[in-house]
Amino acid sequence: MKFGILIQEGPYNHQASDSAYNFILASLAKGHEISGVFFYNDGVINTTKLMDIPADDRNISKRWSDLGAKGVQLIVCVAAAKRRGISQNVLIENARIDGLGQLSELCIESDRLVTFGD
Amino acid sequence: MLHIVNKSPFKFRNLDSCLRIAKDDDPIMLIEDGVYAALPGTTLDRMMKEALKTHSVFAIQADLKARGVDRIIEGIQVCDYSCFVTLVEKHVPYSWL
Amino acid sequence: MEETKPRKIMFVNRKAPHGSIYAYEGLEVILIFGAYDQEISAVFLDDAVLSLKKGQDTTELGTKGFSATFRVLESYGVEKRYVDKESLAQRGLTEDDLVVDVEIVDAAALRKVMGEQDVLLPF
Repeated sequence: MKFGILIQEGPYNHQASDSAYNFILASLAKGHEISGVFFYNDGVINTTKLMDIPADDRNISKRWSDLGAKGVQLIVCVAAAKRRGISQNVLIENARIDGLGQLSELCIESDRLVTFGD
Repeated sequence: MLHIVNKSPFKFRNLDSCLRIAKDDDPIMLIEDGVYAALPGTTLDRMMKEALKTHSVFAIQADLKARGVDRIIEGIQVCDYSCFVTLVEKHVPYSWL
Repeated sequence: MEETKPRKIMFVNRKAPHGSIYAYEGLEVILIFGAYDQEISAVFLDDAVLSLKKGQDTTELGTKGFSATFRVLESYGVEKRYVDKESLAQRGLTEDDLVVDVEIVDAAALRKVMGEQDVLLPF
């Protein structure tokens, strides 16, 4: 099946990003396709490459970028990103800033849309 | 429909809203702080047992383990992420955020 | 060419309007989705019924007011707009307190319509 993922919460403050990541790994392991991960609300903060994480903790933005390198499309809402200072300059590799219409496309083309947030 | 609840039922009313709206036989997936609803012997024990009469209730193993919840209400099923994915295959999910 | 069936997409709003941005950013999504040819609906449940309350004025607060925008949902293609009866009653509100024309529904009706959707988006 095709699963679309919506992330509404920032990293570290809340578990949403971790839950989404674990859900995505399990989906891929079962042979499902992730049609896209859409970052909205404070979720856009997941995608800054400026994170500087202690060595003993997970690097959430790097983890997303690595997933993107494997072909999962990572879409960051432009309106939500602008409000929160996320621009092309700070964006992780393998993600793109795009419009809300992309979330609509995800809802249309995915068999399921799963939301993680606060 | 699969109902996903991620909030502690002791602080938030998300689970109450979910139980009010959920159709009989709709499964309920407890994730994150939502897994505290699986604790036995709490003030919510009766509500959970009532819920179990009409719904299957699942709780994410990693979330239970992280929180040291090693005893859970009888009838609640421990579920890994793979089992969570299987539930999403079968049902349209809604997260009670 | 094969015609694809429109998807049933429902916005399930449950949060109050000003203490956090969810209601506002949720509204922005609803307005965009209206432009796509799908079956879009919105339900206001729990604290989200407070988003529809008349007389909201954020000028003194210095934040953006948006309650009036809910009035345009219908013209933006959001065909069905539901409000949960019990959520209104819990908050001492009636239909007359709301800025929009909505369908007031009970839990049974809500249960049915939510169960018919392809996508349920929480805001």
